[in-house]
This record gives sequence, structure tokens and C-alpha cells, in this order.
Amino acid sequence: MARPLGEVHKRFLQTMMAKGIIDGDKAKALLRHCCETHGAPINDHLDEFIEVINAQLQPMFMQIRKGMSEEDGLQYYALVNMAETDVTRMSSDYADNELELFRKKKTMDLIVDSDTGTASSTDILNCADSLQTKKLKKKETEHVLNRLVQDEWLKEKQGEYSLSTRCIMEMEPYIRRFYQDQVKLCHICHNVVLQCQMCENPTCGIKIHVPCVARYFKGRTDPRCPACEDFWPHEIPEVNRPSSQSQSAAKEGRAPKSQSTAQTSKTRRS
Amino acid sequence: MSQRKRPHNAPSSQSKGARNSMVLLADEDDDVSYTQPSTSQVQKGLDRLTPAQVDLKTAEVVQFIFVKDQKKIPIRRADIVKHVVKEYRNIYPEILKRTSRTFETVFGLSLKEIDSKNHVYILVNKLDPPDGELLSMTPSNPKTGLLFVILGIIFMKGGVVKESMVWNTLKKLRVDPGEKHVDFGDVKKVVIEEFVKQRYLEHVRVPHTEPLEFEFRWGQRADIEVSKVKLLEFMGQLHDQDPQSWSQQYREATTPQASTAPSGPVSQR
Repeated sequence: MARPLGEVHKRFLQTMMAKGIIDGDKAKALLRHCCETHGAPINDHLDEFIEVINAQLQPMFMQIRKGMSEEDGLQYYALVNMAETDVTRMSSDYADNELELFRKKKTMDLIVDSDTGTASSTDILNCADSLQTKKLKKKETEHVLNRLVQDEWLKEKQGEYSLSTRCIMEMEPYIRRFYQDQVKLCHICHNVVLQCQMCENPTCGIKIHVPCVARYFKGRTDPRCPACEDFWPHEIPEVNRPSSQSQSAAKEGRAPKSQSTAQTSKTRRS
Repeated sequence: MSQRKRPHNAPSSQSKGARNSMVLLADEDDDVSYTQPSTSQVQKGLDRLTPAQVDLKTAEVVQFIFVKDQKKIPIRRADIVKHVVKEYRNIYPEILKRTSRTFETVFGLSLKEIDSKNHVYILVNKLDPPDGELLSMTPSNPKTGLLFVILGIIFMKGGVVKESMVWNTLKKLRVDPGEKHVDFGDVKKVVIEEFVKQRYLEHVRVPHTEPLEFEFRWGQRADIEVSKVKLLEFMGQLHDQDPQSWSQQYREATTPQASTAPSGPVSQR
């Protein structure tokens, strides 16, 4: 039998349900806040804490999953739904044809098949003509796309649509299963990769997440593909660091000194 | 002037007889698709299913209720049966029992029946609101403030107020119900439709009035989720006054029956 949940767990879970997704720093802060609210000793073992919740969520086909954002490279925690029944969260808010526009053979296909992990609004509008359930007019399609962005399933940047971090985290098993021939895994972190940089050697063509590129090539003057050793022709972005260290230092009015932060967390734990 | 006793405030033992006779009525009209199975029928149904099947159905009901609860709209048993339970209707009481247990043990929520005639449920939070907050609501919803002002007015006036009085008080607080508000939009619509639908407020016609007059009371969800003690503290801060100086309200807020939920969680129905 899984361990029963205390009030700290339940409050954490309720907040996750309300927010859907939070970054690693916020998740730690939330756990601390929940402990304080219930007068419990401060718990710094976030992943273990979440495992206890997940054991109870499993029969409900729900899970708090940890994953990296393809955009900022930070760790996120998302409450995901693993059920593929007709009562899942998304299907309740969208009509059949709207779902079809998003999932089967449409927007998702365009995004997964692309080299960049994005699909243009023009291409999505075009594929709306061939919906089998019920055709969507151009205006309706634009409206559905706006809703998908608002509900944080899609992201939009200058007419290009990509899957949101939360969407990838929730859909990863689905993507792996239904697109196993098309989808690639990041050469560095081995997770599903959509938005990325790609090796231009036609016989290689490996993909790497942009944040993984930043980490892997950091400080290298002659970046070469980790698989084929060809020159890596893309711009190497800066590593995006989680703000936790500078933030906690600012709170305590101290200069960022990693040693002191480590010390505080150690004393807290005991 | 004490608050009039409403049916849901009655202890559950008293209303049980009434509830049982209601079941038959409800099943005949509204809830045609469902007849309450007997305990032995439920047992027989369970024997025919694997535990995994029952767990799966329970999970689906949990998901369904969560979806409905996102907008805080009460959930009808008829809809649960029709859309989710379907061919498992013969074991519905067992599924509801497990669903209810899951909400309590995993999510800190409680599934409460607020209408025993039509079998309507709401999901209420069992965790105490964090310090300084009146309600464990989705954070930063500006409408919560509006709701609390109205609940406060009703509570301070003994449990029931005329609709016009609520609008006038809001006007004094620079929320004109006749105009579109930046945060709330159509204020009247939010109050009369949204809050009422969510069961935070009751909005009823005053009998024999011409022209029509309406009054507001606390709804069932407010009774369960909102702490009167905390509300009184909030009013105290607002008026810079000791909450205890409103002796009648203070007494009502601190007597146990006023602050505890009207009936226990759903067990078997």
C-alpha cells in the first residue's frame, strides 16, 4: 500500500492542480510554503516528496512529471494526465473537430515532422480543410488556435506555432508512440526533441535542444557535432541558469555564494 | 433575528427519511436513466468485475468531477451516470464511495451532496485556508474580493439582505453594478449568475412584492467553505473595530454548528 498523504502533500497537490506547471525553483518554494503553513519541518527533498504524491495519483492516471523546457532549458514540474479516455481535461473543453485539428494528423504532425519543431499558421489553416469530423472555417480555426495558445497547449511566435513545455511533458508518451518513425530524441539528453538545432551533415542530422546545445558547447571555440564531428554551424546560445541561487541570496541580503546556500539547506534538513 | 433554517442545515439523521422517499421521485422524472441498486445488487455487480475495472471507472469519475469543478458548477448524479458510469450503473454506489474516498485521502477535498432530491454534488476544500486568507480558492482571483464583501454584508445583516442593498453598498465602494468593471466585467452578472451557480450565494424572489424584489443569502458552498470567524476578523479590519463588539455575529461565528459543515461527506448513495 502506498504511503498516505498528509496535509502538506495535499496542499502541494492542490496548488499544482490550480497552476498546471511550475518551474523547479517555484516548486521548491511551494513545498517550503506548504510545510510552513502546516507547521511541518521544512522538507528539501522535492523529488522524494513528489514520488509519495505520485504513488497515490497513479490509480487516477495522473502524475507530477519533471521535465526540461525546450525554450529556457529550466526544469519544470507539471501535473499531467495520462488517461486516454474521453473525459480527460482537454477533450472536455474542445469539440471533436477542434481536437482533430490539434491531434491526429494535423497540427501535431506538422510540428513533429518539421525540422524546427514549429508549424506556420498558414500550414495549419490549410490542413483545417481536410478535417474528417467537421470542417472548420478559417475564422474558426484561428479562434481554436488562439484558445490552444491561451490554454497553454501551443505557443505562438510570429505566426509560428510550437508545443508548450507542459504539452510536451503531458504528450511525450503519445508522441513517442504515434510518431516513433518521425520523432527524434535529443542527442544530449535523450528526450523527445522538437525545437532544436540540427546537424547539417545529411548523413548525420542529429538534433539537439537549444538549451542542451548551450550547455554542451559552452566554452568551446570550435563546436563540432558530437556524433559525426562535422562543424556545428549554428549560433551557440548562452546557458540559462535557474535563478534560485541569486534569488535566495537576495532574500537574505547576501552576495551569491554557493557555499553558504548549500550550508543553509543542510542545516534546515536536519 | 436568527437565520432561517434551511433543509441542508438539518442534521443528516433527520433528513434521511425524507431523502429516501425523494429518491423514488427523482428517479421517476429527472434521473430516469438511473435507479438506485440494492446492496446485494451492488455486490453481485462487483463480483462480476475485476478490481482493475472498478478502479478504472472510479478514476474516470474522479476526472469527470474535476473537469466539472473547474468552473465550480455543481455536478448532477444523472450526468455522472449518463456520461461516465454508463454500463456500470449497477455498482454506482460503490464507485461513488471510492470516488469520495479518493478526493478525501489524496486531494484534501470533500464531495458533498447539496441537493438530496436531485442528487447534486459539489467539491469543497477540506484544507484550512492559509493564514490571512478567507478561502482556499484558486489564487489571485479578483472576484474573490467581491464575493467576500457581499458575504460580509449578508452575514452582518443577519443572514439575508435585499438585492438593492447589495448594489447600493457596492456603489459606495465604487463598484457600480450598472457599469462594466475592469476586473469583474458585468458585476450584476457575476453576482447573480456566477456566484449563484457556484452556490456561493442564493438569490431568491421575495414573495408578494410588486415590483419584483429579490434577496441574497449565503449559498451552500459558502456555508461549507467560508469561515465566519475569519470573515468577522476581515470585517473588523475593514471597520477598525474589535470583531467581538458585534456580539450577535460573533456568537454565531463561534458556535460550533455554524462553522461546521452541514452534513458528512458522501458515503454511500
